[in-house]
Amino acid sequence: MLTKRIIPCLDVKDGRVVKGINFVNLRDEGDPVELADYYNREGADELVFLDITASFEKRDIMIDIVRETAARVFIPFTIGGGIRSIGDMRQLLLAGADKVSINSAAVKNPELITEGARKFGSQCIVVAVDAKRKGNNNWEVYINGGRKPVGKSVIEWIREAERLGAGEILLTSMDADGTKEGYDLELLSRAAEEVSKPVIASGGAGKPYHLRDALSKGQADAVLAASIFHEKEYSILQIKQYLAGQNIPVRILT
Amino acid sequence: MITVIDYGIGNLKSVVKAFEHLGVPVRLSSKPDDLFRSEGIVLPGVGAFGEGMNYLRKNNLDQVIIDFIHKGKPFLGICLGFQLLFSSSEEDKEISGLDLIKGEVKKFDTQIVKKVPHIGWNRVELVQDDPLFRDIVEPRFFYFVHSYFAQPEEEEVIIGKTTYGSYNFASVVRKDNIWGIQCHPEKSSDTGLAFLKNFSEVVNKWK
Repeated sequence: MLTKRIIPCLDVKDGRVVKGINFVNLRDEGDPVELADYYNREGADELVFLDITASFEKRDIMIDIVRETAARVFIPFTIGGGIRSIGDMRQLLLAGADKVSINSAAVKNPELITEGARKFGSQCIVVAVDAKRKGNNNWEVYINGGRKPVGKSVIEWIREAERLGAGEILLTSMDADGTKEGYDLELLSRAAEEVSKPVIASGGAGKPYHLRDALSKGQADAVLAASIFHEKEYSILQIKQYLAGQNIPVRILT
Repeated sequence: MITVIDYGIGNLKSVVKAFEHLGVPVRLSSKPDDLFRSEGIVLPGVGAFGEGMNYLRKNNLDQVIIDFIHKGKPFLGICLGFQLLFSSSEEDKEISGLDLIKGEVKKFDTQIVKKVPHIGWNRVELVQDDPLFRDIVEPRFFYFVHSYFAQPEEEEVIIGKTTYGSYNFASVVRKDNIWGIQCHPEKSSDTGLAFLKNFSEVVNKWK
């Protein structure tokens, strides 16, 4: 039986993890590769690095991180943040990333999804969507790090993204993000019903039952979370044991 | 020395990196001489069936692979490299596969399973013992990413099976010195590394 994936997300700025784990016995807890290795050993099913580096010149640092991670950590990992072209994708995939996640660039230039899928395979192309609730059962797409609404319905956009060749949909609820009060389950289940590609839930995880709800009621295929792991409130193993006890299929290492 | 066939598509480096991490001598090459002189060959790859086969044929690598296998040396196909071992695929009906293992590669039907591709961690249930699974105990979780699955004609080649929805497909096969695995051992953490290590040990004992 296919298990549900638990995916820690690491924000990387200028080559350093921001909001990293504080309580782990690592040589350098700001080092993305060390943290990736740590999460792999803890049982993470995949990893996402979100590059929030602002300056263009420093972006090459990310390539080195990708290369090093690929040489040490043998689980799939995705790079997101600032990917604007096929060239950007190629560079990251060649360095060893398994997938790239595109957000604003895909909205501005949907052809990028098709072109990326054609060149590298749709399994490499994750379309990330920032969704903000707008009335009942309606969500609007935002871009530029959630600063700019684009007047597009989220449900319509993810259907289009799937048609264009997206391999997975990473769906962040901007309303839930940072609240630690749980994922937007209505958004997730609507999305899961609309597309035949996996939906990765993001935004709002604070308690283990939030992850359970996203995976059961929300019908998500995977859950992404940051602070719940980084702040060491729960380890990945603890969460997986909890989920297994709630009859959610997860990969637990023995 | 193990050679990972470089055939231009997919993320081939991860297989090489996994062997390097294990301290196994490995190279990435598409030169017939390199392939022929290897003790073991891995055919990895993600991408389309037709594109993969066309590339192999255009570069004469199909014949090199067949000759290598006829010499009786260990060969491992991963993901697309596994599917290419079969006779044909629904993905590109007019292009024949390597036909080293009889059978067809079929597409998951979205009427039967809701999500295609099959992405994520799933178990390999062994139906036969095999040296590549030595010391790999249950639950044998591997990372999968695929929209097509193989249906071997002969049941005896099946080493492991995986359940996805109501599908129960052959995820690992072996015929003499040819192994194939649908999932990605190079992305399956310690379990996958153990599998690749076992392959390198089979290669070592073979020579």
